[in-house]
Amino acid sequence: MNKNSEINTNNKNTFLTDYCLHLADNSLILAQRNSAWCGHGPILEQDIAITNISLDILGQARNFYQYTAEILNSSKNNSSAAVTEVTEDSLAFLRDNREFKNCLLVEQENGDWGKTILRQFLFSNYQYLLYLQLQNSADEKLAAIATKAIKEVTYHLKWSSEWVIRLGDGTEESHQRITQSIHELWPFTEEIFINAKYENELTEDKIAVDVSVLKDAWYKKTAAIFAEATLTIPENVFAQKGGKHGAHTEKLGYILAEMQFMQRAYPGCIW
Amino acid sequence: MDKLNIQEKKVWDILENIMDPEIPVLSILDLGIVRKVEVEETSQMPPELNIKVFITPTYTGCPAMDFIESNIRQVLTENGFNNIEVIHVLSPAWTTDWMSDAGKQKLKAYGIAPPKLTQQVCLATTFSDEDDVECPQCHSHNTQLISRFGSTPCKALYKCNHCHEPFDYFKCH
Ligand SMILES: [Zn+2]
Repeated sequence: MNKNSEINTNNKNTFLTDYCLHLADNSLILAQRNSAWCGHGPILEQDIAITNISLDILGQARNFYQYTAEILNSSKNNSSAAVTEVTEDSLAFLRDNREFKNCLLVEQENGDWGKTILRQFLFSNYQYLLYLQLQNSADEKLAAIATKAIKEVTYHLKWSSEWVIRLGDGTEESHQRITQSIHELWPFTEEIFINAKYENELTEDKIAVDVSVLKDAWYKKTAAIFAEATLTIPENVFAQKGGKHGAHTEKLGYILAEMQFMQRAYPGCIW
Repeated sequence: MDKLNIQEKKVWDILENIMDPEIPVLSILDLGIVRKVEVEETSQMPPELNIKVFITPTYTGCPAMDFIESNIRQVLTENGFNNIEVIHVLSPAWTTDWMSDAGKQKLKAYGIAPPKLTQQVCLATTFSDEDDVECPQCHSHNTQLISRFGSTPCKALYKCNHCHEPFDYFKCH
């Protein structure tokens, strides 16, 4: 391999691992958020539902982290430097705030049940469209993970859509509360559809999904569900972004502090 | 049958007796999660057997998978096999259509309604008609979905309007 093509391969690998980490972090952080409802759901069946969803997306995160670790370890073997092995756990528990590439939306606080539902709906609506396309990725592993996960995401989208309708078109209080949540979360929706560098670099080879083209379908579905829920989409909202590049709201720090505590305090502990 | 085929048959027979930890009436073969078994001889003298078991997860986040994997290792080791590799394959994605008919009958006898064929469901349409699920107790079709998410990721919660018993439905996937 000549020097130039070697650099190219290294870059491509970095884009690919960044992309995998972005997909994994989205799922992990949302799973962590949702899991806080365990034992606190409004009724038993819905407590079970939200924690089931947590488990599904945690599973996605594991698949993406495992794949990332595989790529990182094999490229290290090539460079023959003795470095500690990367694992799904080291990626989840030992990276810092700035290294996380999740969208800002998933790190937002749970708030009340309505806000959690709305966050899930906004995210599942995106993830459904994303995985629909990612199933055709030129990267076989990403395609396989998406093909597997879309079956579960279909349930998440259906469930969260129905809850948005139920709360929006429910009582005066539920309507007022979810409307408040829309105003709190809407500023974080724009970022999802702006391609990060790693996405731009991988769309040409049909590895990554061009998220900018998902926006129309996402907006249409959101508008349809909101209409049925007698809710309104806010206009002229200032968009918050940066999460996909590692610039997060202060909320991520609290999530990581709690989630990573055990591995930071007792490195390598297993239970 | 050559020697390796006999060994492979032996592995399949052993796997037949490994049960799903969450639905103990179903073997992992009934569930259709074992995709392939490979038996090879190593080149060393005397040759040893390398066993590869390919499994596919039912649900992405199914916590039973790690348990099933260690179970496969343990039971094969107890039966004298030494070099065991359990390989996870994601593609093609597992579907409830791979569950054996015998498995579906066992589920029903256990009180869990077996999955319908996948073509009938799995759309994101809201408040759409749910599957017509037969009550495993009284066989009435007058049943109703309570929650799409049940005690494990693979089950939904139903109730029967005829005998008034709640029951689990192994949802299509
Ligand atoms: Zn009945």
